[in-house]
Amino acid sequence: MDVLVPLPVALPLLAAAVLAAVGTFLPAWFGDLVAAVVSVAVTAIGVVLLTRTGRHDLVYWFGGWRPSHGVALGIAFDVDGAGAALGAVAGLLMAASVAFSWRYFDETGPLFHVLLLVFLGAVEGFALSGDLFNLFVFLELMTVAAIALTGYGDEPAPLQGALNFGIVNGFGAFFLLFGIGLLYGRTGALNLAQIGRSLAGGRADGLVLVGFLLVTAGFLVKAGVVPFHFWLADAYAVAPAPVCVLYSGVMSDLGLNAVAKVYWPVFSGPLAAHATALRAILVTLGVVSALLGGAMAFLQRDLKRMLAFVTIGQIGIGLVGIGLLTARSLAGTTLYVVSDGLVRGSLLLVVGVLIRRIRSCDELNARGGGLPVSGVLFAVGGLAIAGLPPVGSFFGRALIEDGATGGYRWLPVVLTAASILSGGALLRAAGRIYLGWGSDREPVLGEEQASPEQEEPAHPPRGSLVVMLASAAALLVVGVGMAAWPGLPGKAVTAAVRTIDRPAHAAEVLEGKPPPHERASAPAPSGTSIAAGLASAAGAVGLALLALFGGLEALARRPVLRLKALHSGIVTDYVTWLTAGIAALGAAFVLALR
Amino acid sequence: MSYLPYALAVWLLVVGLYGVVTSRHLVHLVVCLTVAQSSTYVLLLAVGYRKHATAPIFKGIPLGTKATDPVVQALTLTDVVVSVTVLALLLAVAVQVYVREGTLDPDEIPAVRG
Amino acid sequence: MSARTRLPLFLVSAAGLAALLGFGVAGLPAFGDYHGPYGLVLNHVVLAQRHTTNVVAAVVFDYRGFDTLGEELMLFAAVAATALILREAREEEARQVVDSVQSEPVRAAGLAAVPVVILLGLFVVAFGYLTPGGGFQGGTVVALGLLLVYLAAEHRAYRRLTPTQVVDVFEGGGAAAFVALALGALLGGLAFQQNFLPLGRIGALTSGGSIPLLNWATAIEVTAAFVLLFGEFLEEVMVERRPG
Repeated sequence: MDVLVPLPVALPLLAAAVLAAVGTFLPAWFGDLVAAVVSVAVTAIGVVLLTRTGRHDLVYWFGGWRPSHGVALGIAFDVDGAGAALGAVAGLLMAASVAFSWRYFDETGPLFHVLLLVFLGAVEGFALSGDLFNLFVFLELMTVAAIALTGYGDEPAPLQGALNFGIVNGFGAFFLLFGIGLLYGRTGALNLAQIGRSLAGGRADGLVLVGFLLVTAGFLVKAGVVPFHFWLADAYAVAPAPVCVLYSGVMSDLGLNAVAKVYWPVFSGPLAAHATALRAILVTLGVVSALLGGAMAFLQRDLKRMLAFVTIGQIGIGLVGIGLLTARSLAGTTLYVVSDGLVRGSLLLVVGVLIRRIRSCDELNARGGGLPVSGVLFAVGGLAIAGLPPVGSFFGRALIEDGATGGYRWLPVVLTAASILSGGALLRAAGRIYLGWGSDREPVLGEEQASPEQEEPAHPPRGSLVVMLASAAALLVVGVGMAAWPGLPGKAVTAAVRTIDRPAHAAEVLEGKPPPHERASAPAPSGTSIAAGLASAAGAVGLALLALFGGLEALARRPVLRLKALHSGIVTDYVTWLTAGIAALGAAFVLALR
Repeated sequence: MSYLPYALAVWLLVVGLYGVVTSRHLVHLVVCLTVAQSSTYVLLLAVGYRKHATAPIFKGIPLGTKATDPVVQALTLTDVVVSVTVLALLLAVAVQVYVREGTLDPDEIPAVRG
Repeated sequence: MSARTRLPLFLVSAAGLAALLGFGVAGLPAFGDYHGPYGLVLNHVVLAQRHTTNVVAAVVFDYRGFDTLGEELMLFAAVAATALILREAREEEARQVVDSVQSEPVRAAGLAAVPVVILLGLFVVAFGYLTPGGGFQGGTVVALGLLLVYLAAEHRAYRRLTPTQVVDVFEGGGAAAFVALALGALLGGLAFQQNFLPLGRIGALTSGGSIPLLNWATAIEVTAAFVLLFGEFLEEVMVERRPG
């Protein structure tokens, strides 16, 4: 067993505990230092783990309890390519955030860094675990740390965000746990591979369908897929920018990844006969998220809230890749969320610079108030979100589109429309803030949202400004430049082929049998997907220019205003939507998959 | 009778949801959240129960005595700790909401919307 | 959404959800007929493998000890989080709140119960891996014993007894010890969280290898965490706040 595997969880958690015990007796910069060292170490370990997952998963049994006769006695980490990559991304995003906010959270004592470290440990555990209940534990640990990191601040808005976050995610976790209870009652197992092996012989009866519904819904709440997305926009809009980087860059992605991570080993056996119907449901869900996220992003003036909706849209595109149920599109989703997560992290740091300098991240208020360097970073980020070839996420989207089978040839058109909306929103903001184009009055975009951060030093020293911009640039370069890694799409497809081979994966986890090594290749992006990428980027630029110079009055129509009004910020509404969403999704499952 | 505990778990989850959706007071709302969570305790413990079995504690009883499932009990312990921590945190947020806004009605809190 | 559209939408959805959940639980074995392998296997092997008579404790601290690590950190994070949220706007001047207990019998009986409750808690911790009990359960009881000081005497006495800086050390230390014991096994060439101590005689307080140590680390962490949580919320009543 690889000795590095437990460290991404153990190091941050140990550091958090020690920091809490002795932090009050040490100078304030000590917290920054510990967080920086730990996050860099976690990134490095993640990269090493990623390079070691080329031919097989890294399976690690805690306490040394290897399974006996196919029964898992303990908890396993099952590190595959996607998990290791997301673990490394989490470390990198946190390192950038800590550098960005160096000495900024001094007044909270060590508490802020303690919670940040706990959050990192939880993210890593959630990314690597191969045990269903253990996933629940780390999901909740993430939520507990995140409620405080969101709710910290003097204004009412962060509290609303924290409350909506905690309550909606709390229910998501209960549904997950209810599903775990059902599956445990049927199979007497918690290890993903073992549950899957036990279910494989049977058919998809009520328990399997409802178990799948509840487990998936729990993860989709975390991912922020429509109609479980309402909390996300409120929480991401008010969390401090450096924290938001972790939420948007990796937490949502992990929720999405967990759907694939549970579907293939556990449910792909009994649901195999219903793949066509399941594909239709998941792709529909993803497409709705992609379009609604893009549209809502375009209707925002607060940049953090805009990026929250961009996240929802991008996660929707990722869900399409998972929902297509092919190895190639699954690999596409992995590449897409990793690359785009880094880009979104970078954009949020650029927004953070704006907030530090002019105490606002409102598109209209900040008109003409941005630094040119930030403007370049923001515009490149916006084009990357739109999927301009040949940035990192373009290769992901191309794999998703090219991996589509049969009746899904229309996907590039819809995904292009979604990307145009998200990218157009960001480029419109870039044009207004950094070039001073357009007007500073757009009634359609509504009132200015409550200002999220307070007591900001208005003129950060030059040195720290350089560090802030450098952290943003570093994330952008890695996210966009991933495409330069030779053979990366091929590696991703190879990993995905292993993920969807359920029997071989179960034998690997439970009996330690090495999986068959098939080196899969990824063909170069098709002409259609290149055209779709170019059209997305051109369309986004066009839409932004149209919005800046043509104004937005044309949008002041009832359906648009209705859509905005649905996002009411009231938690009881959100719980109603959650209930309705699960009931509707469950009805679709039961009717289509029986 | 043999499915009654499961029906109770379903009832608790749905009634907890009802309480949250109709709540006009944050403290009430957070307590309803805990009610919904208790459905998972009931489900887990009910799933692991075996007829005519003793507790899985082999002090003074011979090995091999029929005992209930120990795993669900450990899971429930974890679940209880989760519930306590989330409860404490959300109540802390509720205290702060009241201090700043002077209200605990969830409909009156929103500062961010649209 | 107005309350008038919210409720019908919810009721329809909740009816659907209840039907779905009912559909799901109908697939479970009838209550009492469970035969899943995980728990059955553990009930048979734990005594031989771990020398621990309380199988639940062995599951909590060893077989599924990694869940417990997350759980422990969750409690730990909740304390840090509550402090971060509540301390934010609090001024450090105590309001003049008279909260000392006036009735002598209540005071005497309450304070007399303090050592009894704490002792009970320590007992529940100490024998937790042999008989029902454990670090989580016992730690909560000990913390409640300390809270009795507030109930029977007054807030200031509770604060003097549990100064935050000192309790912080125990709280972080308990959590750190749990992780460090797991990492220690790694240094010895074993798996993370693998037992590295002799298993001892079945039924003795020294049985179970590292389980007693993990049990006590948990008890310390849980006691300290609850003491701090109670303290933070009590402070809310006692301390003046800046006007919001």
